[in-house]
Amino acid sequence: MLKQVFNLTLLQHTIRTATPLILAALGGLLTEHAGMLNIGMEGMILLGAFFGVLGSFFFGSSLAGVILAGLVGLVIGLLFAVFVVDLKSDEFIVAIAINMFASGLTVFLLRSIFGVKGAFSSPDIVPLPRLKFPGLSSVPFLNAILNNHSIFVYISWILVVLIYIYLYKTPHGIWLRASGEYPEALETAGVSPKKMKYISSIACGVLCGFAGAHLSLGYLTLFSENMSANRGFIAVAAIIFGRANPIRTFAAALMFGFFDALGIRLQVMGIPSQFTQMIPYIATILALFIVTKRQIAKVKKNKERDSSAE
Amino acid sequence: MAEKLIELRNISKRFPGVLANDNVSLDIEKGEIHAIIGENGAGKSTLMNIIYGLYEPTQGEILFKGKPTQIKSPLDAIGLGIGMVHQHFMLVPSFTVAENIVLGNEPKHKKLFIDYKKAVAITEELSETYGLKVDPHEKVESLSVGIQQRIEILKVLYKGADVLILDEPTAVLTPQETEELFEVIRKLVNDLGKTVIIITHKLQEVLAISDRVSVMRQGKMIGTLQTKDANEQILAEMMVGREVLFDELYKKESSKKEVLSVKGIKARDNRGLVALNGVSFNLKAGEILGIAGVEGNGQSELVEVLTGLREMEEGEFIVNGVEAFNKSPNEIRKLGIAHVPEDRLATGLSKDASIWENLLMGIQHEEPYAIKGVHINKKKVKERTDRLIDEFDIRTPSGDLPVGKLSGGNMQKVVIAREFSFNTPILIIAQPTRGVDVGAIEFIHSQIIEKRNKGAAILLVSAELDEIFRLSDRIITIYEGKITGEFLNGEITKQEIGLYMTGKHTEKAEGGEKVE
Repeated sequence: MLKQVFNLTLLQHTIRTATPLILAALGGLLTEHAGMLNIGMEGMILLGAFFGVLGSFFFGSSLAGVILAGLVGLVIGLLFAVFVVDLKSDEFIVAIAINMFASGLTVFLLRSIFGVKGAFSSPDIVPLPRLKFPGLSSVPFLNAILNNHSIFVYISWILVVLIYIYLYKTPHGIWLRASGEYPEALETAGVSPKKMKYISSIACGVLCGFAGAHLSLGYLTLFSENMSANRGFIAVAAIIFGRANPIRTFAAALMFGFFDALGIRLQVMGIPSQFTQMIPYIATILALFIVTKRQIAKVKKNKERDSSAE
Repeated sequence: MAEKLIELRNISKRFPGVLANDNVSLDIEKGEIHAIIGENGAGKSTLMNIIYGLYEPTQGEILFKGKPTQIKSPLDAIGLGIGMVHQHFMLVPSFTVAENIVLGNEPKHKKLFIDYKKAVAITEELSETYGLKVDPHEKVESLSVGIQQRIEILKVLYKGADVLILDEPTAVLTPQETEELFEVIRKLVNDLGKTVIIITHKLQEVLAISDRVSVMRQGKMIGTLQTKDANEQILAEMMVGREVLFDELYKKESSKKEVLSVKGIKARDNRGLVALNGVSFNLKAGEILGIAGVEGNGQSELVEVLTGLREMEEGEFIVNGVEAFNKSPNEIRKLGIAHVPEDRLATGLSKDASIWENLLMGIQHEEPYAIKGVHINKKKVKERTDRLIDEFDIRTPSGDLPVGKLSGGNMQKVVIAREFSFNTPILIIAQPTRGVDVGAIEFIHSQIIEKRNKGAAILLVSAELDEIFRLSDRIITIYEGKITGEFLNGEITKQEIGLYMTGKHTEKAEGGEKVE
């Protein structure tokens, strides 16, 4: 029985379900480093998913879908920055507004453009291409896990490395981190922290747009209402769990992806979906619990070290 | 005649509702140490921020080397060779020393990546050239304020500054660190041809370090004089606009009855680290006990423990013969302790509440101000408010004004008026004159002395050594949560006490008990 759950398909699913989390979390960790926790990623993903389908359906090209999703993400990211950075609104309120707006707008457009309720699927939606690496097909295990995924799976992995290098090895990335930790220091050094915050927010919007496009054009080929299914929030959890480090956050996103995939696999076993669908969320709560525990333990350790030094 | 490097002509800067700089003119000569002094809110920092491009003037022009120049951003200022060391250090805590020094202008390799090795080399070279020792690899968050200030100065020099603006650089330093800083400033000016503008409100420092001094008051430039022609009295008068008497304060002999004692108290700070590590002392009626120490050595936690705001882990705390270990703030107040907290805006006052409400806090449920403990007796409250406003010289058009609208000095007078009006036998006073102008300092000091002469026991915590020396009968020094020395005022100089404040000397003490 266990074999039916824990097999190669589970790992394959893990990679597929983790991808939107990775993309969104990479975006979110940029804003996190710039001093803004963006829970509006949920709405950004949803809009990306919708406009991905829209672009793909009308232009008959998945690239057009991705570009449209990215553009919409860019606009929302810009909007978030205008409100949070320039108008100094509360970032949570703005993010909640974005989430509600995204949810309402996609439902509305789904009905007025496609004339359907709930979900829209059509053979005219062009899915994202899958990549096949011929070299891998002879390696049995890796082939099953790594080969033949939608293109964003690979892009997300490359981005993990690029963003890591950007944040820690380039001046621009250092400025981004400084803009969140101590903006005044950056400003007096002659670099505008506002600019860095804008850049991070826009990049986050675009990456969330891509995460959405992957969801509706790569993972599935349809759009359904609220199909982001709290992935934006799980991405936030991944960022917190990974302490905004791209590598650690990637690992956290994979872990959450694993539980998501596990839920799906267990459903195959005949366990009611109401229970299996809880798994990723329960995992998220547990993960955050562990992080908090770890932090408390760290403080305690400091205490002990102090008292032993006395 | 020295060359004029920077000339400000008729500069005005208006913020919504405030004219921060009013038609100010000033010239800075090449190779001088120019002090700018003035009370808080006199417009010194605004003026310097204009030179550094953080603010744009509403009116007026700036000449650099004789040519009209627009300084629209710090980048422009840096381009002209003007650098600023801010009062609050502009260092990113989690970055290393080298990363902080090159921030904004990082050395690169392959045009894309930061060349960290080169950043370290640059830091070492700067450190060597200017004689300011730092470790390039260390993270800033683990360094002392004195070292952080060195990094700030190096950072400014790295950007190629010929003019250094230092905004209240000595506010956070011990006397020794101040002396070291002055050495550095002299070296920069005399040996390396730099120009230094130093903002301060400490008159002795102005006289010790500067070549010329400019005095500001209420946004206006009062005048510039050669430091050799100035003395404390002249400068204080220019700052305040009237005669200020730094008279010896009259201190009556006290009764010496012990009213408060603590023994071996231990407590932790907000991060869970040991902040107080076995502190013992006693406090007698009719005396002022001053606690001297560099900020962050446990003074704040000590005050919080004694007022019930922080949990004590161990120790004995006796007030008038009653054990007060971990009693609530309210219970402690009932034992006869009033508290002037160090941060008037965070804990001392409610900024949005009116003056009368702030003055009433703590007795709002008591007769005669509350009828049957429920309904506020407006008439009685108003009488009290007006009396305190008058008695404590709170400058306000009305008691209904929100406290947040007052100046720093007047806000502090509201806190002091409230706490002093409770007529408690014990007062715990922290940083009573922080960010307060000279006139108000004089008034607050006289009020504290008056309380003492009436027999109150006063514990005074202050980062200003001058204040400690002026008011205290007895002084104890605190360093890393331990008492390092105890002295009668007059037994010790400021220089000597600095050594106790930095843990370089410790009085031999048995079990924390002190011998007078």
